[in-house]
Amino acid sequence: MVLATESALRLGTNWVDYLLIAIYFVFVLGIGVMARRAVSSSLDFFLSGRSLPAWVTGLAFISANLGAVEIVGMSANGAQYGIPTVHYFWIGAVPAMLFLGVVMMPFYYGSKVRSVPEFMRMRFGPTAHLVNALSFAIAQLLIAGINLFLLAKIVEVILGWQLWVSLIVAALIVLAYTTLGGLSAAIYNEVLQFFVIVAALLPLTIIGLNKVGGYGGLKDKITAAGNGHAQLSSWPGTNLTAIDNPVLSVLGLVFGLGFVLSFGYWTTNFVEVQRAMASKSISAAQRAPIIGAFPKMFIPFIVIFPGMIAGVLVSAVAKAKADSGSSFDFNNSLLYMIRDLLPNGMLGLAIAGLLASFMAGMAANISAFNTVFSYDLWQTYVVKDKPDGYYLSVGRWATLAATVVAIGTATFASQYQNIMNYLQTLFGFFNAPLFATFILGMFWKKMTPTAGWTGLVSGTLAAIVVSVLGTDVLGSLSTGVWSLSGQGASFVAALAAFIVDVVVSVVVTMVTAPKPESELRGLVYSLTPKEDFHDDNEGVLTWYQKPTVLAGIGAVMVIVLNIIFW
Amino acid sequence: MSEHDNRHTAGAFDVRTFIAALMGVFGVVLVLTGIFGGNETTIGTKADGNPNLWVGIALLVFAAVMQGWAMARPTIVDEEQLARDEQEGPPAGH
Repeated sequence: MVLATESALRLGTNWVDYLLIAIYFVFVLGIGVMARRAVSSSLDFFLSGRSLPAWVTGLAFISANLGAVEIVGMSANGAQYGIPTVHYFWIGAVPAMLFLGVVMMPFYYGSKVRSVPEFMRMRFGPTAHLVNALSFAIAQLLIAGINLFLLAKIVEVILGWQLWVSLIVAALIVLAYTTLGGLSAAIYNEVLQFFVIVAALLPLTIIGLNKVGGYGGLKDKITAAGNGHAQLSSWPGTNLTAIDNPVLSVLGLVFGLGFVLSFGYWTTNFVEVQRAMASKSISAAQRAPIIGAFPKMFIPFIVIFPGMIAGVLVSAVAKAKADSGSSFDFNNSLLYMIRDLLPNGMLGLAIAGLLASFMAGMAANISAFNTVFSYDLWQTYVVKDKPDGYYLSVGRWATLAATVVAIGTATFASQYQNIMNYLQTLFGFFNAPLFATFILGMFWKKMTPTAGWTGLVSGTLAAIVVSVLGTDVLGSLSTGVWSLSGQGASFVAALAAFIVDVVVSVVVTMVTAPKPESELRGLVYSLTPKEDFHDDNEGVLTWYQKPTVLAGIGAVMVIVLNIIFW
Repeated sequence: MSEHDNRHTAGAFDVRTFIAALMGVFGVVLVLTGIFGGNETTIGTKADGNPNLWVGIALLVFAAVMQGWAMARPTIVDEEQLARDEQEGPPAGH
């Protein structure tokens, strides 16, 4: 992701804007300080997570993902491709979140693991665990660096600060509020961030829509610009996938983006799952992603629509769309909208929203890294059997170290942006086989520990091979043996990773020894008594507390949305 | 009524109070900017309508609803439950 340095995007902020931004930061840091002091047992009670209502963990769940890639990247996709971008939400994220809540969360919560890699260790033993924990920890450092870079970059572009100053200030703020209050304060802040982001983007969308004459006017203008059908209907999305054959394009979207990439991301990514694990009961843990799915299905309207509106309203973006050879960076679309439509005041709110979003992303990466580093790597392999306090302080040092590394990564990113993009693509490939391994491991008791790690490794390799054979996916590393490029290539690579993982796991299981069944209770469906997935203390759940009922409603709603924008 | 001695509302620490406070302050600043401010965008054009004013009012209404919800259905903190939980050891992940 590359943001322009053009001074054209320098926003004319005045003191009112700075006041709004300052108020927001006082709140963010204030929550950290109060959580630190923990003078109030009330706050303690809240922050321990045990009384967090499901709507809070649900909002934190999507807020942790509402970072730079989501807001800037999806509005850029909206500007460039239009409506097909909704697939990231309605075929991708939402079904995956519902699936996580209904099918996978009982295993995570019920087995009492502290992290997703820890589930891997209990089910498949140390080798698969190490592969998972290490790749996850490294990926989090990298992504934290990218989020930090984007955060600093946006401060540089719109406020005119030097990049290195913004880098350090931004890192210090994130460090302050993650170390002060820990995961719990992060969750608290994420809920706040969600509302700030919506308060910034929803008015921007409404003002923009109003200016182009409503959705009808937007459609007319996009059609007039000559991009009608492909940009205004979600299927077959050939412009998004860059796969010309419509049938293959649909298959790529449903299986590549939806089933493998999104399910892989949402169901095995500890950054997300960690939020739900802070719930007070198994059904609350299940409800967190399901409740999060409801606002999530409406996020496209406030991130993709502003991008689409920018495509007809902002001359620079419209010109770039008409000229396919232009090197215009669509990631700036949202900033152009903010520049052109918002007066001082709303401008400050919008900047606060963007900063909130980028910090949310980085803070989530860092807190997940901290847990995986201190429990999955340090406690499991380096220094065992120390008291809890020891690992808490290891966690604090890990957070500090991660922030320093993130500053380094961000500096590197500012010099070699393409390499960072490719690395990010590469780490995306770790998620696809992970989903295959988890789902097989949860439902197939015979699957062996050796199959666990060989499946993961070969699946990841398959994704890399497909990308190397494709065009441009990994820059000059890609040889262009077949003409797959862009998003489509990522979908196919993910699909290959999934299939190879399943095949290798099955074959290896045939020739190696499984774990004894007694060790698999709570980890494999058929070996777990139904009571383990049920909290007796919860009493009888009303219909709106039942995860399956809620998920059913969510599924119907997302299908309706899919049909409306067919 | 001894069992109620250890129970009290979360008061200012309710997350809804935080949300209401931030959105309320944002709302006040925006409404004032809408009334007294210039309503000009960075590129020098007049913004359509008066976004500061109506967004500010919307945020104030939202803040009022949030705070109303927090007051109508307060979160109850049970100190005994809290103490019991702490004896069981720190929550590990959940």
